[in-house]
Amino acid sequence: MNVMLLSVIVIFYLAVIGYLAFLAYRQTKSTADYMVAGRNVHPYIMAISYGATFISTSAIVGFGGAASVFGMGILWLTFLNIFVGIFVAFVFLGKRTRVMGLNLNAHTFPEFLGNRFQSTFLQGVSGLMIFIAMPLYAAVVLMGGAQFIAEVLKIDYNAALFFFTIIIAVYVIMGGLKGVMYTDAFQGSLMFIGMALLLVFTYVKLGGVVGAHEKLTAMAPIAQKMFGAKGHTGWTSFPKFGSEYWLTLVTTIVLGVGIGVLAQPQLVVRFMTVRSNRELNRAVLVGGVFILMMTGVAFVVGALTNVYFYENPAFQKISLLAADKNVDNVIPLYISTAMPQWFTAIFMVTLLSAAMSTLSSQFHAMGTAIGRDVYEKWIGGKGSPVLITKTGILVAILLSYFLAWGLPVFFEGGTAIIARGTAIFFGLCAAAFLPMFVGALYSKKITKLAAMAGFWSGFGASFFWLFFMHLKESKSLLICKTLFGVDSLAFNSFWAFVDPLIIGLPIAIIVTLAVSRFGKKLPDDHIQLCFKEIK
Amino acid sequence: MLGLGDFGVSAVFVLMILSTLLCVVYGAINWNKGGEATSLEIEEEKKWDAEEREIEESL
Repeated sequence: MNVMLLSVIVIFYLAVIGYLAFLAYRQTKSTADYMVAGRNVHPYIMAISYGATFISTSAIVGFGGAASVFGMGILWLTFLNIFVGIFVAFVFLGKRTRVMGLNLNAHTFPEFLGNRFQSTFLQGVSGLMIFIAMPLYAAVVLMGGAQFIAEVLKIDYNAALFFFTIIIAVYVIMGGLKGVMYTDAFQGSLMFIGMALLLVFTYVKLGGVVGAHEKLTAMAPIAQKMFGAKGHTGWTSFPKFGSEYWLTLVTTIVLGVGIGVLAQPQLVVRFMTVRSNRELNRAVLVGGVFILMMTGVAFVVGALTNVYFYENPAFQKISLLAADKNVDNVIPLYISTAMPQWFTAIFMVTLLSAAMSTLSSQFHAMGTAIGRDVYEKWIGGKGSPVLITKTGILVAILLSYFLAWGLPVFFEGGTAIIARGTAIFFGLCAAAFLPMFVGALYSKKITKLAAMAGFWSGFGASFFWLFFMHLKESKSLLICKTLFGVDSLAFNSFWAFVDPLIIGLPIAIIVTLAVSRFGKKLPDDHIQLCFKEIK
Repeated sequence: MLGLGDFGVSAVFVLMILSTLLCVVYGAINWNKGGEATSLEIEEEKKWDAEEREIEESL
């Protein structure tokens, strides 16, 4: 890799980002500016910012790598990302969240829930859960960026992670959400260009759209020979129904992330940043196209890397083996060996953008969760909220850094760590928050007790399943082994591969609905205030 | 279709495109709809204007 060329492009890029963040820093005047960007943001900026926050190195490097293992069946996640993550989220949840958030004067997702159900305790525990669990998601995003830098520059992963985290830390601490959204939009635009070029290059290199697909389809016997026992049928066909591969692909990767997106704190807060529903309508158009270009391209290219590595005389292996069983290194290795040098440099900036835009919003969400939701509202602490939020951000960055450092050691080789880490967090958010969030927007009957019961049951069931049933995590966490002498209480049965979301979310929905019959009803005037001007 | 292996994967290629088209058509049809501010927003905007003026004056 031409280090000179790479350095010039990256330094130029960081200078532009620094300038944009500085401009926004100067404009950030009030707490509202810091927390929800003054609720006055252009639709293009809002949509691209939402998309850039949604799509990170996790989607491109992590899930792209997972696509090289699971094949194009993973494109069902792209379909859900567009249909559920954009269309349903904006049209059916976004509009109501925007108006209700304003009615309730909510600045963060936990504050929205807390104010809606008149419970600072709910706000506090939601904030605490975000602060404790989200570092896992931030860590895998950091991993994706560091993995790429390490592969391209041929440096040690830990060194890449260290410097990458420092760049992110400086960037995030500088501005509030307003700064985050402007730079996000610039970064999102870069991501769009980078991914478009990647798609074109890949198809041209591998013999055109149909030609490339046919070559990958012809490799099915290799997949069946290597992973056929676990249900793999090839990279352009769906795994065998009910098999280990099918369960992981469908329950963890497709549904975990595809549904989990609806209750992501750092995305929900985006709905509270726009002036009117018109901006959300326009954002649906921009967002749909953006997500198709991001995850659609990453997954198609991820699966097709198998053709490249298999045909390449230097490798003559499938992607997983070419990358030494490090799933998260498949995309970085493909970019650095298959693409022209100038493109690798451009793609580095694309990935930096993807990581920075998501991480800044994640750290912002974690910082406000601990600063505003836990410290200020729950505990009733005094002091400058912006200062406390920034301290929270710093702690979150450190937590995420250490996780990103430790995770590759923790999981066994061949595990798509980034994709799984993301899916765990998304699934946890869905089980804990989604029933009460949808209930808050659409039902006047959900009581405070029902919201709390749904939260705890969804959270508890997911945690239990993660620690004691879902083999991939329960085995690595060792708690089940220590207490019961087995890797999973489900042993090697079907249930050991069913994702916690499939258990936690239905339990949380049933409990929320059942408990709504009990407990004190929220006052009528409060309900009227919540639903004021919601049609 | 398109050189792909089975229906589960071919179908999702079509669904991906259709769902993107749904987003594009929905966004285009409603491009100018929903622009009106709620009464609370108008009030809040006034409050912000006043706050902003105060900040600028104090600066």
